[in-house]
Amino acid sequence: MSQAATAALAQRRPLHVPVAAALRRAAAVVIVLAALVGLYELYRWIWSSAGWTHPFVVDDTSMPHVWVILHALWQPAQVNQPALGTILFHKSLFTAKEAAVGFGLGAVIGFAIGIVLVHSRLLTRGFLPYIVASQTIPILAIAPMVVVWVNPKLPASLQGWGSVAVIAAYLTFFPVAINTLRGLQSADPRALDLMRTYAASRWTVLWKLRVPSSMPFVFSALRVAATASVVGAIIGELPSGLQSGLGGAILNFNQYYSIEPQELWATNIVAALVGIVFFVVVVAAEKAVVRRAPENVA
Amino acid sequence: MSQQQPEHVVEIANLTKTFPRGNITALENIDLNLRPGEFVSLIGPSGCGKSTLLRVIGDLVEPTQGTVTVNGKTARQARAGRDYGIVFQDAVLFDWRTVTKNIALPLELLGWDRAKRRRRVEEMLELVELTGFADHHPWQLSGGMQQRVSIARALAFEPALLLMDEPFGALDEMTRERLNLELLSIWEKLGSTVVFVTHSISEAVFLSTRVVVMSPRPGRIAGIVDIDLPHPRGVETREEPRFFELVTQVRELLRLRGEHLLPEEAAALSE
Repeated sequence: MSQAATAALAQRRPLHVPVAAALRRAAAVVIVLAALVGLYELYRWIWSSAGWTHPFVVDDTSMPHVWVILHALWQPAQVNQPALGTILFHKSLFTAKEAAVGFGLGAVIGFAIGIVLVHSRLLTRGFLPYIVASQTIPILAIAPMVVVWVNPKLPASLQGWGSVAVIAAYLTFFPVAINTLRGLQSADPRALDLMRTYAASRWTVLWKLRVPSSMPFVFSALRVAATASVVGAIIGELPSGLQSGLGGAILNFNQYYSIEPQELWATNIVAALVGIVFFVVVVAAEKAVVRRAPENVA
Repeated sequence: MSQQQPEHVVEIANLTKTFPRGNITALENIDLNLRPGEFVSLIGPSGCGKSTLLRVIGDLVEPTQGTVTVNGKTARQARAGRDYGIVFQDAVLFDWRTVTKNIALPLELLGWDRAKRRRRVEEMLELVELTGFADHHPWQLSGGMQQRVSIARALAFEPALLLMDEPFGALDEMTRERLNLELLSIWEKLGSTVVFVTHSISEAVFLSTRVVVMSPRPGRIAGIVDIDLPHPRGVETREEPRFFELVTQVRELLRLRGEHLLPEEAAALSE
């Protein structure tokens, strides 16, 4: 390596993201968003002016205009109420609380399962089928049971939303458990040899080698889990009869869809935004935690 | 520090290692003793068990038969007592740790306090000439630099024995020769015993005080060549006639590996 290249290496600051790159990325997001909105409106225009009815009739009910949807956010959904946007904002905070608690709970449980399983092939063989089976049961079938079982046991402050958090955790733990296990197993065998030469205990190997090796895997699971926890929270609200969250709002606006479709659309957009916020938070946490060669970040 | 130093740092007696899968005899009847401060290279074609032999000394592989004694203890006790440092073909650095923290890893496991660790890491960085790269992450370093970090890590807790498994095998020729020089000067400074696995004849001759030539399947010692090149050795050592003679001797031993060599013949060749 030349002197200049060595000096350049020495100069290089880790994780320095130039402002220009950040701007480019933001621009890409905006352009894609604009393109998607454009395509939606274009499709709508072509189908309605041509009178095509396949695959479905395009009208103000099936595909309300984007601006109608956005406008609905500034309108009260019912007389003498704040704007729909304000209401949805508060509802999304409620759902986000359920999802965040569920996400945290699921992540901790999933991580713990991964740590237990990596130490015993027998346990892995025995338990993995059930862990997989747990996810093949539709969440809608489980949710009412969880509400009935969990809710009565919860203290007053957790009543209602606590059981929804448990449902969100049910969706969250699985990807975290599976990926934690894989990540812990991904430790370089030569690094494991190295730790043996230090006569390192299991515990030391776990914390100094296996857990750091697993981080890229864990974080890619957390990204999946972050959005899953929001879905879990929304679905969990349905059988709980909770009206304070987005799930309640979706159930409600569903009934009025033929009259005011824009309200359900607006609610869906807010729900998607909550999911995106969750995702972005996890990505930011990953950036802060995982110090790894760029090509090794899963 | 040690009041009664054992005569040999490593004693290998009648060692045989077979791997049950495929019924492969990797090593057969190996007898080898290493004196304190020796630099011994194990050389042989791939599959001759030289890496296995190193791993048996390090208690990473259990012998099927025979005994291995390190610093007067069993290999297991020696490993538990952290009697040796090891360097692999790849640096095996932890990506998530800086250079400093990689070198400090064994010191952390030994329970050294922070200040002591920092002092030692600084010394080691100086030794391997990486001062200024303390806060870099491994992926920001070249292969040669990474291997130097790995050597610093192996030497950080001053083990009496250093095991090196083809440490420069993955590097380009120029980097390799420079690191050979650096390793020699480190060894001359520290006086530790080194077991060095390689398949480069010139590297083995240049570095070692003794070269153990091994034959493949089953891995046996085909002969041992004493390297009487004077110390300190430098770039010019590689140009001395004696260097070429020794290289030829090792090459002859390697060439005869496949054929059935009687012990007397091997001994004659080693003369």
